[in-house]
Amino acid sequence: MKPLFARGSYTTLRLLVFALLALALMTLDHRQHRLDSARAALSLLIYPVQYLVDLPFRAGAWMADSLSSRTSLLRENSALRNQALLQSAGLQKLSALENENTSLRELLQTSLRVRGEVRAAELLAVDLDPFRRQIVINKGSLHGVTPGLPLLDANGLMGQVIHVGPVSSIALLITDPSHAVPVQVSRTGLRALALGTGASDRLDLPYIPTDADIQVGDILITSGLGGRFPPDYPVAKVVSVHHDPGQPFASIRAVPTAHLEHSREVLLVLGETGPPVPLPEPAPPAAPQKARPGGDKR
Amino acid sequence: MIPTRAHRGWVIALTLLAALVLTLFPLPAWASLLRPEWVMLVLIYWCLALPDRIGIGTAWGMGLLLDAARGTLLGQHALAFALVAYITLKLYARIRRSPLWQQALIVLALVFIEQMLVLWITGMIGQLPWRWSYLLPTFTSMLLWPGVFLVLRHMRRTLRVT
Repeated sequence: MKPLFARGSYTTLRLLVFALLALALMTLDHRQHRLDSARAALSLLIYPVQYLVDLPFRAGAWMADSLSSRTSLLRENSALRNQALLQSAGLQKLSALENENTSLRELLQTSLRVRGEVRAAELLAVDLDPFRRQIVINKGSLHGVTPGLPLLDANGLMGQVIHVGPVSSIALLITDPSHAVPVQVSRTGLRALALGTGASDRLDLPYIPTDADIQVGDILITSGLGGRFPPDYPVAKVVSVHHDPGQPFASIRAVPTAHLEHSREVLLVLGETGPPVPLPEPAPPAAPQKARPGGDKR
Repeated sequence: MIPTRAHRGWVIALTLLAALVLTLFPLPAWASLLRPEWVMLVLIYWCLALPDRIGIGTAWGMGLLLDAARGTLLGQHALAFALVAYITLKLYARIRRSPLWQQALIVLALVFIEQMLVLWITGMIGQLPWRWSYLLPTFTSMLLWPGVFLVLRHMRRTLRVT
């Protein structure tokens, strides 16, 4: 029999010490982001557990691959080859267009847009905080991931990296209630903010006046304002526009184009973000007449 | 008799690891709203069974690990877990003697305290649109307590964890 009150008299003291420690940690983490290295170390500790959780899903995918029949593989292969042919044909045109675009931008003396390096990463199938929209990816600082990198899938913008560990990172999705993306309506150039709502298939566009030109079906692309996200990536599609005459702003909903809940392969855009730009001027319609070939210095 | 310190500590570590795996295991959205606080339940059990080995420190450490795993503010779950461990340690003799259904009610109160503390902190840093469904894990934790208790007690007795 052990003594009943082995630690009894110190319990309250221990609670106080640990509670103060927790409060200090929270303050440092929230106010100053001083704990990124501690978080990175902890993420290394938790990575085996995450890997363990992800293992059945990985094994399932592997089984599906190795058990699929030869004919279905052949069919998939030929379909993929067709797709690759079509896309490379499109790319030939694209490189010509890109060159043309670059020279036009040189004429206009606006900032050049550089295609960034894109790196593939995979999601780990683990659940995070149920109150927020976050995902874990299997690339970290050892692979060149830094906080703030944008995350894409094949169909559009997914989110951005917020915490980086050595071999894994946590990314915040655009549907998280604390997330906002600066967007632009691709049809009209109207700028707006797309706010996450916490629901996986819905973004809200507040602060758009009721008389603004925006319709159901409009595609929203990143505007590149703020310097965090590269411009011109698709973000969402407008699904409902509601004008209430009593309200100063229209209530507008959009659905993300990226498959936030289904994608397992994601792309990290390295390098394109660059330093924050001092508010890129949208080229005024009159600009082409002013800019002369050869570029006047003025 | 001097108790040997590290006596089958790996069983405790293994149950805590299992709780962590269950917490991170991906579920469909509706089921993930119902997910009980596995780590909290296992910690409460070990605080009741071995109050001189498992206490505030272990709870705090597990909370910190959970914070890192879930991407929440570091220290948020640590604080809540430490507080619940403290209450459990203060009352363990009384809780241990009550029948299982009363224990479940006490667990309801304990998990409610933990959830409210976590939600409160999340709300304070402004990341939380309130929904009533956030209280569901409290009730599923209560319903699962008898099962968790019986399984862990069986493990503790057969493996002689002291």
